[in-house]
Amino acid sequence: MSSREQILAAVKQHQPEASVLPSLEGLSGSMPGTLEAYRKVLEGLGGSLFEVKDEKEIPALLAEHYPHLQRIITIGSNERAWINEDPHLLENVDMAVVPGLWGVAENGAIWLTEQEVQVRVLPFICQHLAIVLPKSRILPTMHEAYEKIGAPQNGFGVFIAGPSKTADIEQSLVLGAHGAKSLVVFITEA
Amino acid sequence: MNRQTADHATLADRFNENEPRVDWHDQTLWWVRAKRDKMARSIPEWEQLRDTASAIKRNALGNLYEYLIQFEQQATQNGAIVHWAADAAEHNRIVTGILQQHGVRHLVKSKSMLTEECHLNPHLAANGIEVIDTDLGERIVQLAKEPPSHIVLPCIHKKKEEIGELFHEHLGTPAGNADPQFLTAAARQHLRKEFLQAKAAVTGVNFAVAETGEMVVCTNEGNADMGAHLADIHIACMGIEKIIPQRKHLGVFLRLLARSATGQPITTYSSHFRQPRAGQELHIVLVDNGRSRQLGREDFRNSLKCIRCGACMNTCPVYRRSGGHSYHTAVAGPIGAILAPNLDMKDYADLPFASTLCGSCSNVCPVKIDIHQQLYKWRQVLVKEGHTTASKTAGMKMMSGVLSAPRTYRAAGKMGRWVMRAFPGMVNNRLNPWYKQREMPAPPAQSFSQWYEKNKKS
Repeated sequence: MSSREQILAAVKQHQPEASVLPSLEGLSGSMPGTLEAYRKVLEGLGGSLFEVKDEKEIPALLAEHYPHLQRIITIGSNERAWINEDPHLLENVDMAVVPGLWGVAENGAIWLTEQEVQVRVLPFICQHLAIVLPKSRILPTMHEAYEKIGAPQNGFGVFIAGPSKTADIEQSLVLGAHGAKSLVVFITEA
Repeated sequence: MNRQTADHATLADRFNENEPRVDWHDQTLWWVRAKRDKMARSIPEWEQLRDTASAIKRNALGNLYEYLIQFEQQATQNGAIVHWAADAAEHNRIVTGILQQHGVRHLVKSKSMLTEECHLNPHLAANGIEVIDTDLGERIVQLAKEPPSHIVLPCIHKKKEEIGELFHEHLGTPAGNADPQFLTAAARQHLRKEFLQAKAAVTGVNFAVAETGEMVVCTNEGNADMGAHLADIHIACMGIEKIIPQRKHLGVFLRLLARSATGQPITTYSSHFRQPRAGQELHIVLVDNGRSRQLGREDFRNSLKCIRCGACMNTCPVYRRSGGHSYHTAVAGPIGAILAPNLDMKDYADLPFASTLCGSCSNVCPVKIDIHQQLYKWRQVLVKEGHTTASKTAGMKMMSGVLSAPRTYRAAGKMGRWVMRAFPGMVNNRLNPWYKQREMPAPPAQSFSQWYEKNKKS
């Protein structure tokens, strides 16, 4: 008998009586899905937030708040050569500007997928990350987020909540572990 | 990690030799526990969430056979290669085999307590394959040649000065620099090089969804993603109990996990791996290693609901004062003490006794595992199976003899009170374990029965 058959047989023999799945109704309570609520949590995580009319305002804001950026990749711009290059070459990207799909007010997380970021490693390997999110896409909790996201459409998706961080040395919080050292969220009016 | 021969009490004694350090360890973990409380209280539906999570896991265990088959089917359809490992040795053989087949001599690994449980690192080293642990805490203990002492905070037992010393020796940072910000930046640079060179990445799995065949991996550092998205081969290792039924259930678990673990609203990254990227190989290793056996133990199967948040450790008065290494097993603390005897009753017979049975672990558990009740039940199993020490068995026998014979009980009480009064040195000495960290109480003049007899009449 193969290990697969052996494991499955043991599981079948030992698993307890089946029980029904619980309902997920009412778990979000009265959590607000507002921009204010979202901003408060994001800032608590060490991220920053700017409200903009549209994406055209972003380059000026980046230049003001990150004066030393050399290589910037903006999803949706005409520069697309990097998409077909070896992803290891993205190591010198100072800032990536990527679109987010849904924001979650209760924990500051934003849902992105492979389809938007093009290259999976981009939002992790860049030194700093900017996510653009329409205001109308902020939801109260993770329950609404999974409801909106629905079934997976592609190979990879991720919730990102704040910059990468660690507290492994004596519980001292340090921003910038292996992923982006900072996160800025641009909320557009749409 | 080598099997240690000393038991929990002996190892805890060693940890307790340095009292200020024990206090520091105790207070640091309590601080994490307090952060968890603050987060839990900020969610009015917290208790409902815990009930729901527990019920989803109950359903998952009750249909595990069906869900495993569904997961395998979905994952295969997604382009992943699914492997099944009956035990730790087979898991290690499978991982080594994949790496050897591709000629990989060097890989990056993000946190996976399963690979600790299986002792994957030493096995790979013996086969000439170098593993770089990429979680900062795990890298630190790896450089120190120690196992992690906590499942979420692997080097919680280390002082920053010791970490500075390690980095000076291994990464060439300046001697005497123990600034966490500086050391983290040094580790980031060092590990970026590893990520960029590695041909293979091993990750753990927090949740695997039967419905979609996807796996969710949670980190704050981004190390799992840096590894998996750059390497040609991604090997995800998971215990068979990580399966949850549907995607929407992730909402429940992701709301509970980080809040329970470290008091954060969610981890920085909650990555959903479904398909390998173009040109990449994705391997999933499903590991049993005793889990199907634990599933059959009615009293202990709930331990398989665990989502590895570590809240039971942070709150445990024994863990906080004895340190993770005193548990001599990959998963320490209260949950480890109910998982380990299933792996080896003889080797881990001491662990269910490393508890005051105060119940704090069960109170904070996000999936409502009855941890302290299982600790109590394991004690009975272990005594019955003859896995406790002769002195403990003899003591229990004598105790049960005295407690079941009222006349002997009264005589023994009288004699005890007299001895404590007349010869305090008989009890206040180092041979009496109760005297070790405390003064013995003053003996009462009379027993409760005597007092009751007298006061009932008046």
